[in-house]
Amino acid sequence: MNRVVIDKDRCKACEMCVSVCNKELIEISDELNAKGYHPVELHDPEQCTACGLCALVCPEGGIAVYKAKKAG
Amino acid sequence: MIEPLATDEKVVFERTEVLTDHALHYCPGCTHGIAHRLIAEVIEEMDIQDRTIGVCPVGCSVLAYQYFDVDIQQAAHGRAPAVATGIRRVLPPDRYVFTYQGDGDLASIGMGEILHAANRGEKITVIFLNNAIYGMTGGQMAPTTLPGQKTTTSPFGRDTAQTGHPIRMCEMLNTLVEPVLIARGSLSSPKGINRAKKLIRQAFELQHQGFTFVELLSTCPTGWGITPTDAVKWLDRNMTPFFPLQVFREPGAMPDASHKYAPDLKVRDEA
Ligand code: SF4
Ligand code: SF4
Ligand code: SF4
Repeated sequence: MNRVVIDKDRCKACEMCVSVCNKELIEISDELNAKGYHPVELHDPEQCTACGLCALVCPEGGIAVYKAKKAG
Repeated sequence: MIEPLATDEKVVFERTEVLTDHALHYCPGCTHGIAHRLIAEVIEEMDIQDRTIGVCPVGCSVLAYQYFDVDIQQAAHGRAPAVATGIRRVLPPDRYVFTYQGDGDLASIGMGEILHAANRGEKITVIFLNNAIYGMTGGQMAPTTLPGQKTTTSPFGRDTAQTGHPIRMCEMLNTLVEPVLIARGSLSSPKGINRAKKLIRQAFELQHQGFTFVELLSTCPTGWGITPTDAVKWLDRNMTPFFPLQVFREPGAMPDASHKYAPDLKVRDEA
């Protein structure tokens, strides 16, 4: 399965990643991080295409994306 | 942060190691962070981390020295190109020297330094972040503020009858003979970000040939008073028409033809 790793303590809840995910997989969570923001989280990770757009637009450099080599 | 890579997956995106672990001080959604990352990625991809020296400005990016894992010198307001000139001229030629400057720094108090560094053809790369406002000091009008744009010092919108029109740095520098690269990109979309990175890479690669300048249209959600996701739309709608995304100068291209500069013109002692 493809993997999106969000560094929750870097996240400032700017929603840039939310706005570019074509699959609408990212949303603001109820958690609070060390800086007092509600970091984003991924739901339905099995739907992620590992396109990398969320990581590309994250100003905090807080997202890493890994693509599974085979389907699964 | 990164969990170990499983053998059955490949990296699509990871944070570059040329960025330090420092959390950025920028406001949420401010595209300064993207510009930092692109520069760091280019340094990593060119494998020049131990040969790169940055010069940081005054403004929101005054603390940028914390974020790049390369040697950095902090310059006085607007003076980064002058400081970079000194660094370039005393160090061996294989070094890479870049400045990182906002519009309040470069296009205002630093106008003299940038024009003359460009005109001397200093072998440096200038990364110019244009967000059409003074961010750090509280959202005042900048030389790049758009006609009609509301700021704390132009609360009814910039009045061009009183303050003139925004200064277009790329276009102005393009009247000079020496620069080898002058280009404008935008950080407002994934496509723009990828293109911006190519421009930064091109600038670093051409740096040892002469002066290279990359302007990046950037957002200031706080100063503009809108959300980060609205800010990128505002940028596309308002900034790009006035600041066209263009490569103005590439190797081989001549200065802006409208200025009718004849490069062979020399002083003659006799008629
Ligand atoms: S990698 Fe692409 S599909 Fe997956 S969460 Fe990020 S933007 Fe969405
Ligand atoms: S783009 Fe980065 S900082 Fe902004 S909400 Fe997404 S993960 Fe958080
Ligand atoms: S004031 Fe504007 S430019 Fe400065 S960090 Fe905040 S959003 Fe970015």
